[in-house]
Amino acid sequence: MATTTTGTAAAAIYSLYIINKSGGLIYYKEYGGVGGTGRMRMDTNDSLRVASLWHSMHAISQQLSPTPSCSGIDLLLADSFDLHCFQSLTGTKFFVVCEPGTPNMESLLKVIYELYTDYVLKNPFYEMEMPIRCELFDINLSVAVQKDRVALLGR
Amino acid sequence: MISVGKIKQYTNVLDKPLAKGKQEVSLSAFSFLFSELVQYSQTQVDNIAELERRLEDAGYTVGARVLELLCHREKGNRRETRLLGILSFVHSTVWKVLFGKVADSLEKGTEHEDEYMISEKELLVNRFISIPKDMGTFNCGAFVAGIVRGVLDSAGFPAVVTAHFVPVEGQQRPRTTILIKFAEEVLRREARLG
Repeated sequence: MATTTTGTAAAAIYSLYIINKSGGLIYYKEYGGVGGTGRMRMDTNDSLRVASLWHSMHAISQQLSPTPSCSGIDLLLADSFDLHCFQSLTGTKFFVVCEPGTPNMESLLKVIYELYTDYVLKNPFYEMEMPIRCELFDINLSVAVQKDRVALLGR
Repeated sequence: MISVGKIKQYTNVLDKPLAKGKQEVSLSAFSFLFSELVQYSQTQVDNIAELERRLEDAGYTVGARVLELLCHREKGNRRETRLLGILSFVHSTVWKVLFGKVADSLEKGTEHEDEYMISEKELLVNRFISIPKDMGTFNCGAFVAGIVRGVLDSAGFPAVVTAHFVPVEGQQRPRTTILIKFAEEVLRREARLG
């Protein structure tokens, strides 16, 4: 439990995206600092592309799915990353890209959703469907992610 | 959620006890309502000073009513007539009824005789609010400042009340200070009363 978080220690989450119901990226945060994996930093265009790509894939998967009333892709497993997605009732999608096999991501997404409803939706200066620029959201988000990392280290 | 306790039915309104017990309103419901109030006010104004004034005016009417109610309910139909009395009434009684806790601190201004400050580490109305950078020093606590002004004014202590962010050392978030500047006549009367 007493391990300190250094640069190379488990940085399980690579990045977090929030996209609005029309597929626009409204929040993007990169959690870098993993030494040695040689991961490329994404530029703004790339992150926008990933967001709208995921939005479309999610929509297509809903229609292609053999099961009726499918809610879209929740989890995408790749060789080098996992992508966990959570869609709220209003169509806002939250997804994290993380190290393969990182546990607990569903609950982290729920926590992030809760922070979004608190610090973004209750903020009178936030305009719906627009990029999120709320100091309190940033602060509480980094606390939540940090907590998640510490929990991982403790395992 | 608005706490739904068992409410005893009284056939006669006069039989009802005055004290209401602990009644709490959902923080979420309040926050959404307050957020709408701010958003609506924003559509009605041209600049930030005006927005501040609008929020303050909204608070003023709350303050006037709260004073009336609390004097009746908590003080047996008496109200404070002395400066320090009314200040501690605001700081404890009013705060407790409105925000469920006593305000963090009540201080006298060091530079001016007529200034008092009520500080709160995290004002309830600001709990979920992040002020955009381009709005400068605007503070939604203006609403609370309005409440305080409403209470003081209705009690016969006219004052100018403003809300400010004050950075705290070692803290990421600034605290909110409600600055109360009493009118001259109040201080003169206070001096006369000794």
